[in-house]
Amino acid sequence: MRSLQQSIETANAETVRRIFAADPVLVDVIPAREAIPALGPKLILHAGPPVDWARMCGPMRGAVTGIAVFEGWAHDLADAETQAAAGAYTFRPNHDFGAVGPMTGMTTLSQPLLVVENRAFGNRAYCAVNEGLGKVMRFGGNDAEVLARLAWLRDGLGPALGRALRELGGIPLKPIIARGLTMGDEMHQRNVGCSSLLLRILAPALARTTSDNAALPEILGFIGRNDQFFLNIAMAMGKAMTDPARNIEHSSIVTALCRNGTDFGVRVSGTGDQWFTAPVEMPQGLYFPGFTAADANPDMGDSAIVETVGLGGFAMAAAPAVVGFVGAGRASDAAVFTRSMGEITWAPNPEWTIPQLDNAGVPTGIDIRRVVETGIAPTINTGIAHRKPGVGQVGAGVVKAPLGCFEAALDAFALKVTGSATG
Amino acid sequence: MSNTSDARTPAPSPAAALLAGPPQVINIGLEGFAQDLARAGAAVVHVAWSPPARGDARLAALLGKLGS
Repeated sequence: MRSLQQSIETANAETVRRIFAADPVLVDVIPAREAIPALGPKLILHAGPPVDWARMCGPMRGAVTGIAVFEGWAHDLADAETQAAAGAYTFRPNHDFGAVGPMTGMTTLSQPLLVVENRAFGNRAYCAVNEGLGKVMRFGGNDAEVLARLAWLRDGLGPALGRALRELGGIPLKPIIARGLTMGDEMHQRNVGCSSLLLRILAPALARTTSDNAALPEILGFIGRNDQFFLNIAMAMGKAMTDPARNIEHSSIVTALCRNGTDFGVRVSGTGDQWFTAPVEMPQGLYFPGFTAADANPDMGDSAIVETVGLGGFAMAAAPAVVGFVGAGRASDAAVFTRSMGEITWAPNPEWTIPQLDNAGVPTGIDIRRVVETGIAPTINTGIAHRKPGVGQVGAGVVKAPLGCFEAALDAFALKVTGSATG
Repeated sequence: MSNTSDARTPAPSPAAALLAGPPQVINIGLEGFAQDLARAGAAVVHVAWSPPARGDARLAALLGKLGS
């Protein structure tokens, strides 16, 4: 008879095997209503674990009102706010629909969604297209400029990207990530290498499939100016890789980390789709000129799915420049972050390696037992939003996942695998 | 048969050898001790260690059952 420990070890090995065996390919960009048939009018998917209007932070409320106007559900922002407070909109997490979204993470029926297909397992995952820098909806922006850009993404960039990707037959993402790690990217706060590599592949296909000569330079310029264009692709990839690793009995490996600006949420393979939450923490970081920590909102976004698959803060050693950008110390400290994450993870990824660590693989498969035992919280690289609706990004930093999530998860996991209450 | 110098002079004990040279310290737990020694010029390696589950006995017992 196998011991409980043996059962957990076997389940964890299988969970991480599935993550490593994934074959994520960027295959299309399609309207959200086609990607997620369950989407309908006044249903708004958001980042993080479940949250209702009353508990939403400022930027999340700003994004909700903006997207309601964008979708034509409200005349203006004030009307949208009145409707939201009256319960006219239904709010659900992206994660419940095979999707993820950065920062506020708005997903509604008419937005274009990146489609990543995990060809090893046949599942798909979705994420909205990156809006670029400055005032954007993911940071709570909601003025006419923000909504006009969303309309162009829906009517111009999204369909063009879809045509190019279909013509290419998809773009395998694992090789791009592997090269990006050798080019100083960690795929959360730095995507310069991966965005450039992607554009090298996309540009000829965009040229072949875009008949509007005026639109083509606009599309190429938009992608080329945006160092973070690849982030949303990496996020959909992370979701596509982790979804087949869900619901493995006896597995104590994390399958989702996310935040909604109010709560931090964790999911664990062996406990299915149950959320374990704790109040989200404030990022520690650097602020753009004119802003201070007093302006900052607590952390937000589904983007920590990249940390869930060993990137972002877990791959900091590959991206020494990020350490300074997020105010986390000296460039020479980068390796410390990655080695520390190795203390709480199952195995290094043999395909995604870091030259600065003598080609050690990125630490992958967060084991809640190790997090609780060591007290080492997962490190997440993040952008910082202004706490008021409609302002946007004010800085970048590092945030620790609250240990309370993992302690609650451990209790529930123990109850499930032992069949009795403990303590 | 010849006598070697080792045979005539007892080897110094490990404890005596420790005292003969400069201190080499491994510090476990509170980092402040390591920092003080480093400031004083001592060779010190700090090991970041804390009690399992931040000292929570209930969680530590739970971890024991789960094989961590």
